Amino acid sequence: MDTAGKPAGALEYLTTRKDELVGWARKFSLFPYPFVTACCAMEFMSVSSTLYDTDRFGAALPRFTPRQSDLLMVVGTVTHKQAPILKKVYEQMCEPKWVIAFGVCATSGGFYQNYAALDGIDRVIPVDIYIPGCPPRPETVIDGIMALQDKIARSPHPIVNDRF
Amino acid sequence: MDRPPLTVLRERLAADGLEATESLGLLVMELPAPELLATVEGLKSRHGFDLFLDVTAVDWPERQPRFDVVYHFYASREHVRLRLKTTVPGDDPTVDSLTPLYGSAHFMERECHELLGIAFRGNPDLRPILLYEGFTGHPLRKDYAKNHTQPLVRYRR
Repeated sequence: MDTAGKPAGALEYLTTRKDELVGWARKFSLFPYPFVTACCAMEFMSVSSTLYDTDRFGAALPRFTPRQSDLLMVVGTVTHKQAPILKKVYEQMCEPKWVIAFGVCATSGGFYQNYAALDGIDRVIPVDIYIPGCPPRPETVIDGIMALQDKIARSPHPIVNDRF
Repeated sequence: MDRPPLTVLRERLAADGLEATESLGLLVMELPAPELLATVEGLKSRHGFDLFLDVTAVDWPERQPRFDVVYHFYASREHVRLRLKTTVPGDDPTVDSLTPLYGSAHFMERECHELLGIAFRGNPDLRPILLYEGFTGHPLRKDYAKNHTQPLVRYRR
C-alpha cells in the first residue's frame, strides 16, 4: 500500500455490508413518538432527562407527529376505548418503524385484567421490545433501547437493498 | 367545651325523626328507597347538607334486595359528611333521581347507571358517559365476567 504523501495510519478505504452500514446509521438516529397515557410518563421523563439521558443512544428528540418518527414508545395503560387511536397513530408512521412497549401495562395489561384495559398493545400493533416494570427503572429502559439498537443493527434493511 | 359538630348534627337529625349512626367520622343513615327524595330534601333544606359528593352502588348477588345505592353528602358549614344507604331489588333497580335537588347528581347518576345498571327515575339524560359506543352490559356488576372484553379493534393475535 502506497502511503507516500499521507499521514501514517490514514484510512484509505473501508469494507462493510450495506445492511450493516445502514443499520449502524439507523440505530443512532431514532426519532421517538411518545404515546404517553399513564403514570409511566414520569419514568419516561426521568429517563429522557439529564441523569439518564437517552440522547446518548441517539433517541432524544421526540417528534410530536407520528409522520416524522420511526420509534413508537407506548408508555402506560391503553384502554379498549383508546386502541383505535393507537392503531391509527401506528399506521401513520412511515417505514422503517419500531415499537417499544414501555412498562407492564403496555406489555400485558399489567394488573388491569378487566373490561376497560387492553391486555397488551401487541393485540393491536406489532411490538419489537417489551420493557417490564411498574414503572420500569431507567436502567431497564436504557437496556431496552440498547436491545432495540442491536435488533436494528442485526436486521436487513430491504428498502435500501432494493434501490442500490 | 364545644361539643363535636358530628354529635350536634346527629341530635338535630334525631329531633327531626331521622336515625343516624356514627362510623369513622361520618354520619350513616339507612332508609327505604321510596323515602329517599323527601328525606334528602329535608337534609338539604333543614340540616345544611348542601354539597352532593357521590352516588354509587354495591352489588350483592346472593342477597335480596340485590343492590345497595350509596350516597354521600357534605355539610359545608359544619364540615360533616353523611352517608345514605338504600336498597333496590335486582329485577327493578330503580330509585328517584336527585337531580331536582342537586345539579351535580346528573353526571354521577349517569355513571352509576352505565356501570351498575341502576335506573334513576327523573334523570333527564341517562346516556352512557364513560364507556364507548356499542358497549353492552354493566361492567361493575358481579355477574359481568372479569375477563369479558369488548374490543373495538380486531386483535392480531
